[in-house]
Amino acid sequence: MSVIVPPISKFPRLLPAGDSGILIEWADKISDAANDQVHSFAQALRDHNSAAITDLIPAYSSLLVCFESRQVSRDKILTLINDLLRMTLQTGTPASRLVEIPTSYGGAYGPDLEFISSHNGLSERQVIELHMSVTYRVYMLGFIPGFAYLGSVPEQIAVPRLDTPRTRVPSGSIGIAGRQTGIYPLESPGGWRLIGHTDIQLFDPAQDPPTLLRPGDRVRFVES
Amino acid sequence: MLRLIDAGALATIQDHGRYGFQGYGIPVSGAMDIFSFSAANAVVRNRLDAAAIEMHSPMLLETDASAIVALTGPQASFAINGRAVPQWMSIFVRAGSQIEIIPARAGGWHYLGIHGGIDAPPVLGSRSTYLRGQFGGWLGRALESGDEIPIGPQANSDYSLLAGKTVSARARTFMNSSGVSNQRMTMRVISGPHKEWFTPEVSESIEREEYLVTGSADRMGYRMQGAGLIRRLAGELVSCGVPLGAIQVPADGQPIVPMADHQTTGGYPIIATLIAADIPRFAQCVEGDAIRFRLVDLEDAGRAWREMWGLLQDQD
Repeated sequence: MSVIVPPISKFPRLLPAGDSGILIEWADKISDAANDQVHSFAQALRDHNSAAITDLIPAYSSLLVCFESRQVSRDKILTLINDLLRMTLQTGTPASRLVEIPTSYGGAYGPDLEFISSHNGLSERQVIELHMSVTYRVYMLGFIPGFAYLGSVPEQIAVPRLDTPRTRVPSGSIGIAGRQTGIYPLESPGGWRLIGHTDIQLFDPAQDPPTLLRPGDRVRFVES
Repeated sequence: MLRLIDAGALATIQDHGRYGFQGYGIPVSGAMDIFSFSAANAVVRNRLDAAAIEMHSPMLLETDASAIVALTGPQASFAINGRAVPQWMSIFVRAGSQIEIIPARAGGWHYLGIHGGIDAPPVLGSRSTYLRGQFGGWLGRALESGDEIPIGPQANSDYSLLAGKTVSARARTFMNSSGVSNQRMTMRVISGPHKEWFTPEVSESIEREEYLVTGSADRMGYRMQGAGLIRRLAGELVSCGVPLGAIQVPADGQPIVPMADHQTTGGYPIIATLIAADIPRFAQCVEGDAIRFRLVDLEDAGRAWREMWGLLQDQD
């Protein structure tokens, strides 16, 4: 299913990120509309397949374009970006996939479930039901390989990060920070409040693509 | 094959890095000092991006077959079977030889290149190690004593033609390190991308202040200490892609510079970004070194990058 994204009404800002990067910024806040633009435009650049563009880092509302300045001048990259931005973007964007995450809530892997419930005046069961009640959007991947930033949790279960991050969060841990939820694909330090765990593998460097979740995917948590 | 007798701490296999996957949260990794790394490959007549060993502490290895090797990076004691040999030069080693490297100063990054390159299996197109992800390089980890590392096929087996090669005198002085403690260095930067998070006065002040490299300096990033950089805006920056060498400013105003294994995205505003040509020298700064930043324009930066690579084309 191809998605036609009309020309943007507000031209994004183009900012130098050192001498080998251009940061394209559609908005300075999290917005679904800006996030759609980010991923559509990233796909348009991939489709253009310039050898001089070495990497793309899509985020909530911005895209960092990394390039090799010996292969192409910055001016040529800017011209390419501006030309693509002006066109109607008809991309072969894959239909949005729904991925279900089998989840065990609470217990040893959900050490912060109690805090979230008391902080928000809810029972633990209510926190779990609310977490499962939403179909989340994958806004971006970052922090560690395969870590998907999912939004947004219901306001009632939003909770701040830990003041002091844990030095080790087990792989597969599911956490909440602010209105975002996420799953740790690897063991890592982490400051998100942990509510549960999944055994599903989110990252495998031997696979292509190496991550289970991709920006634009929709995600639901299912109690198992 | 290279056998590690004493691998030291935090030696890894690296190449130029893993590109094309940062959108999946996978860092580029690769050599901290891409210039010294590439020079090691240049003198042993490999492709510049062949895999090599990056080391951070003393190392002792043995080669089972004859080989051509070179050591680059900061000053180190480099010996073959106990006999001192020069750095930045291709050295012939006989089968069964012991190779010993002892850095003169702690904290630097040293590169042992070998003709044929290190034959680690590529992961996602690169032989670089990503330690946190436990993949790439040699089994996704730092090298350990007892490891036996295979060498790739050799383009040229006439070692008499390969020994004694070096880089130009200009290339040797590119790193411009005096090798003494507590050096003062100037690093060129491009302003932004988050200029509006700082007043013009604060943005310009980075040229007047000195920042010390702290002890918290590793493959993920270097923490700096100096006059606090005050943000003009309150609140949090929406997470965005982070370029290598960004000067990130957390709430406490003490800059952090992301390095080879850095997280692909972050929420700290970036006041300026190191030019690519100065990252090798920056990477070789150690605890106590004082850095001054100098704002330059994109043309200067581009020229410096091309000149840097041009130095590796001049070979004996």
